[in-house]
Parts: sequence; structure tokens; C-alpha cells
Amino acid sequence: MAAVAETLDTVQSVTQSGYKWGFSTDIEMDIAPKGLTEDTIRLISARKNEPEWLLEWRLKAFAAWQTMTEPHWAKVHHAPIDYQDIHYYAAPKKKDGPKSLDEVDPELLAMYEKLGIPLKERAILAGVEGAEDAEEQRPQIAVDAVFDSVSVATTFRESLAKVGVIFCPISEAVRDHPDLVRQYLGTVVPTNDNYFAALNSAVFTDGSFVFIPKGVRCPMELSTYFRINARNSGQFERTLIIAEAGSHVSYLEGCTAPQRDENQLHAAVVELVAMDDATIKYSTVQNWYPGDAEGRGGIYNFVTKRGICRGARSKISWTQVETGSAITWKYPSCVLQGDDSVGEFYSVAVTTNRQQADTGTKMIHIGRNTRSTIVSKGISAGRSDNTYRGLVRVMPRAHGARNHTQCDSLLIGDQCGAHTVPYIESRNRSAKLEHEATTSKIADDQLFYCRQRGLSEEDAVNLIVNGFCKEVLKELPMEFAVEAQKLLAVSLEGSVG
Amino acid sequence: MLEIKGLTARVEEKEILKGIDLVVPDGEVHAIMGPNGSGKSTLSYVLSGREGYEVTGGSATFDGQDLLSLEPEQRAAAGLFLAFQYPVELPGVNNANFLRTALNATRRARGEAELDAVKFLKLARAEIKRLSMADDMLKRNVNVGFSGGEKKRNEVLQMAILQPKLAILDETDSGLDIDALKIVADGVNALRAPNFSALVITHYQRLLDYIVPDRVHVLFNGRIIRSGGPELALALEASGYASVIAEAA
Repeated sequence: MAAVAETLDTVQSVTQSGYKWGFSTDIEMDIAPKGLTEDTIRLISARKNEPEWLLEWRLKAFAAWQTMTEPHWAKVHHAPIDYQDIHYYAAPKKKDGPKSLDEVDPELLAMYEKLGIPLKERAILAGVEGAEDAEEQRPQIAVDAVFDSVSVATTFRESLAKVGVIFCPISEAVRDHPDLVRQYLGTVVPTNDNYFAALNSAVFTDGSFVFIPKGVRCPMELSTYFRINARNSGQFERTLIIAEAGSHVSYLEGCTAPQRDENQLHAAVVELVAMDDATIKYSTVQNWYPGDAEGRGGIYNFVTKRGICRGARSKISWTQVETGSAITWKYPSCVLQGDDSVGEFYSVAVTTNRQQADTGTKMIHIGRNTRSTIVSKGISAGRSDNTYRGLVRVMPRAHGARNHTQCDSLLIGDQCGAHTVPYIESRNRSAKLEHEATTSKIADDQLFYCRQRGLSEEDAVNLIVNGFCKEVLKELPMEFAVEAQKLLAVSLEGSVG
Repeated sequence: MLEIKGLTARVEEKEILKGIDLVVPDGEVHAIMGPNGSGKSTLSYVLSGREGYEVTGGSATFDGQDLLSLEPEQRAAAGLFLAFQYPVELPGVNNANFLRTALNATRRARGEAELDAVKFLKLARAEIKRLSMADDMLKRNVNVGFSGGEKKRNEVLQMAILQPKLAILDETDSGLDIDALKIVADGVNALRAPNFSALVITHYQRLLDYIVPDRVHVLFNGRIIRSGGPELALALEASGYASVIAEAA
């Protein structure tokens, strides 16, 4: 047996149930009946005490959705989704939003503890308590935790408010900052943009809202953790990030779900707006439940993420590490409208067992001298399929536009697939577009070389995979890069086969 | 001590090793010479446990331990190091990270404490200096974009850091200029100690001017057909393998 196949077999046998985030939490839930009608939308809107304009906006999206059909151009296959067999609203039971963490259901806190997410504010002022306990002196991260349909806690809001940064659940932003939400919601991803975006617009329940005022450099990483818990429920979160002129923000989202036999639907929309000289760095570590080795269960992840570089010299950078979901359908994109604006997309997508990922990006060059970089690393193992699909479009006015695309695929075993589907459209003769693609396998001689130096087969695979992904991992914020590395190791341990 | 008795092995269906008997006592350096296709590289792969090299008979022990029943990484932990004829490239894997992972894996297997990054770098920098190598060696990716000579020197650096008890050098001299050859030889000579032994596989006498072997063995058609002192290598250099092969026939 070839070394690789053997590694995979050993690895598989030790960790059949490799998804360690697969627990579910027993919490009293407020759940809407299954199905989607105008009434469902009215119920969601009422539960959230939304203003009339937002209900209208949702209903318009719902009307659009009803005229649309599910897209099938991606290289993914799944049984038809019954949109009437899903709960569109599920929230932990509570009267009002918790005023402080003390009011949050201890079961919930325990769950986040299990996930390793720091919800307790370690409000340590560097130099004060930090001096006593150097270990606590780690960079502060503000966290918004979204559980099924609602946000349960957002940390560090007060310290952020001092510099004018707004970081809160979007449902609260609708209430407290209605003008901002109304001004930007749906301007990057219109309600009728695509089937899943329309569905999200109709039924979105929560998500994060971020506003960075002019000239402010957000003093800490902002992060949202999404968790699907309830059975047969969908998660439709909506994230909106606005960076005013000269501001800077780094945002990270993490996702997990319990192990369930049935598939769960996740259809999020993320909108980013960067004004003159603003920078938004958006990092994702996506670890939704991928289903078991036979392809039972797992999250269907149909996500629309788009950022617009509206201002000159603005920059939007997407970094994603995708290891989870049964199906990933996701193309974080940049609309480079401002002159000299910059779009970046760094991606690692790992598929094992029966996972299917069709992911990539769109870079739309509108302004002059706009630049974009795409680095995509696909790792396929087991009987999975991994597709990079990317569009680079240069509009007539985009003089001097430049793009560099690099797509690398790594195959582990001989039953998986890697596909690269680039679309390149240039309507300006001065544009310079480059596309490089490679496909490789972990070679037996690489494994033997590592093992001869004393590494176990698993460590050798990890080392080689991490080396392959290095260009992308180095784009992640330091702490998350370490987490992502571990996640890669665990994913491949659990389901490479 | 390395003890090989009646070792036979095949690759795919072809018998390559046809009964090797060889003893390398601690503290000694033995050279294995022979024409192309005689089984030299196969011997090094069989001893280090590469897939696809099937042992069909005989035994190989190191310090009394049955080598052939161990996984490659267990053989490494037991102190066996193979300097590859064609060192493998590991894209994106930084040399320092690779070396530290390897060193710590070995140390763990031996029940020794792992080295932290600071201690490791100190050790690695000292070795690099001693071997007159470029400082950026540690920062570069393992063997990626290395010249032939750099790859071989990188093998010697790894050997110096991993401190094996038994080193097998598989034609480490091929493709090296005289300066690189000296560096490689210095690397091996520096390790010479009562508890270190080496098997130097080479085509040419040249390397043996710098690494003077205790014994020289001629491998031909899967068997050792002649053994002698360092003078045997000189004789081969002067008159070629033909006469030795003819004598053995």
C-alpha cells in the first residue's frame, strides 16, 4: 500500500468521529413553526420589534425570492432542499436581552467555554493587572456570539464605544442606529442579488454590525462566533461592516455546529463598505459540521459575501480557512470602485470524506489603478470535490488595473477531485492580469523524507499541508493563525481518507 | 553496532539484494563502493525502511534492535540517519521549523526534553557557522530552489543537528565540487566518536580522501564481493571495478 493511503487509513481509524465541536446544548428555545410564508417573516420582524421599513424591505426580498430559482451552476450536488421544512427562527428563551454576562443562561456560557471562546471580558488594562500575571497579557478580542438566530453576548462594547466604534448585534443596530443601517443595508448585496441572498434578506435573524468612524483604527480584533444548535433550523445571519474614511478594522468570524444526521441550511450575507483610505480585513475560520464519512448530515453553506471599496485607496482583504460544511458555496468578492483601491482574497479550502466545496472570489475592477490579488489553496482528500471558481472583471474605465491570481491544489489520496474554473474578462487594454495554477500530490518521497527525520506520518502530512497553505495562513491574525493550523491538522486527522 | 546477515530484498518483482553480510562496529566508518545498479541505494533504503523495498530474507540489527520491524521514524529515533542522494523539496516548509520538528520528535521518542525555539536557534546557528554555511539556510524552505551542492550541505546540517548514532550517506558526494565535498567530509568527521558509525556509499574514491574509512566493501550484483582496508578504494580507483568483479566470478 502506498504510504499516503496507509496514512489516511490509520488516521481515519483513530478518529472516525473527529468533529470535536459536535455536541449540542440543551437550552429552552423559542422556535417559530416550520415553513416560510409572509407570516413567518412578520413573526420574525415582530419578535425583533423591527421598524416598519425593515419589514417592508424583508417582504420585498421575499417576493423577489419567490420568483427566483435555486442556482445549479456550481460543481456541487445535493438532494433538493425543502424550504418549508426548516425553522426560520430559533432563539434561546429569555425575556429581554441580557444586560450583562451574569444574565446569560449558564448552559450557553458553558457551551462557549467548550468552544474555547472567551466571552468573559478580561478587561485587563495592560500594565495594571497584566504586570501581575504576564500570561493574561494577550491581545484583547471583542466577541459577538450568535447562537442559532440571536446574538447572546457582545463583549468589550464599552471600551469600543469610547473611540466611537459600534460593535453590536445587527438587531440592536436596527433599533439604536437605524439611520446607519438603513443607509447601508442591501447596498452591497441587493435583496434580489441571488437566490440565497434574497432568502437571507427575507428571514435574516441576527449577525454583527460594525461601524468604524472616520480616522479611527479599531483598537482590537472584532470577532463573531456563529453556532447553529437547534434541530432543523436554518441560520441566516447578516453582517454589515462600515469603515469610514481613513479607518481600519480587522474582523474575524468562526463557525461551528453540532453533529446531526440531517442537513442544516446556512445562508448568510456579509456586506462590507470601505470609504477613502479605509481598510477592512475580514477573516473567516469556517468549521461548520461537515457530515460524517458517508456524507450524512452536515451544513449546507450558501453564503454571499461582498465588499465594496467605495473610496479611493481603500482596501478590502478576505482571508478564509474553510474546513467544514457538507457543501460550501461561497465567493467573497470585492468591488473596486475607488481609484487605487485594493482587493485581496486568500483562501484555504479543505475537503475530506464526501465534502463538496465550490468557492472562490470575484474581483470587479471599476476604478483606475485598482489592484487585486487572489491566492487560493485547495486541499482535497477522501472522496471530496474541491473547486476554485473565480471571476476577474476589468471595466472600461479601470485603466492600469492589475490582478494576480494563484490557484494551487493539493490532492491526498486518489479518489478526490480538484477543479479550477477561472473567468477572466477585460474591457480595458491597459489591464495586466496573471493567472497561475498548479496541482500536486503529497508525494511518497516527501513523506518518507520527513519520517526518516523522525516525524510520524501524521506530523509529516500536517507539516506538508501547512507548508502548502503558508501564504494564506500568514494573512490571518496571529492567534487565529495558530488556531487555523490546529484546525487543519484536526480536519485532516478526522476525515482524510 | 550494525549487523546485517544474509539480507535479501526486492523492488517490485526484481531481486536486488541477494544476501548481504556486513558488520559495522561502533566508532567505525565503512565505505560501500560499486558500479551503478549493484544495489547500493537499495541497501540504504532497506535499512531506513522505505516503502516498496521488500525484505525477503535475512536480518539487520542496530545495537541488538531488529531494524527491519521498525517504522522509518522509529529507526530515526533509534539513531539512524540517511543522507539522501536526492534530497526532497518541501514547499512552504521552513528549514528551521522542519529541523526543530524533526529534532524534537526524535528527542521525544528518546525520552528527552524538547528544545524551545530559542535554544534550537542557538544550536542551529552554531552548527551553520561550524559548517561554513550561509546564514539564510534556516529561513529558506526545505531544499526548495537549492543548488545540488546546497541540498547536500543541508543534509549534512540536518545530520549535525540530529546527532545520529549511525549515518548512511547515499552518494552524498555526487555532483559536489571540491569545496562542498570538504564541507560534507568535515561534517561527517566532526561526528566521529566511539559511539558513532557511518556507512558511506560512493562511486568514487575522491570522497574517501577526506573521510578515511576503516573498511571498504565492494557491492556488485546484490552481494559484497570484496572487503578490505582504505587501500582497496585506491586500487579500485586505479584499475576499475572490472578486475575485482572478474576475481570474484
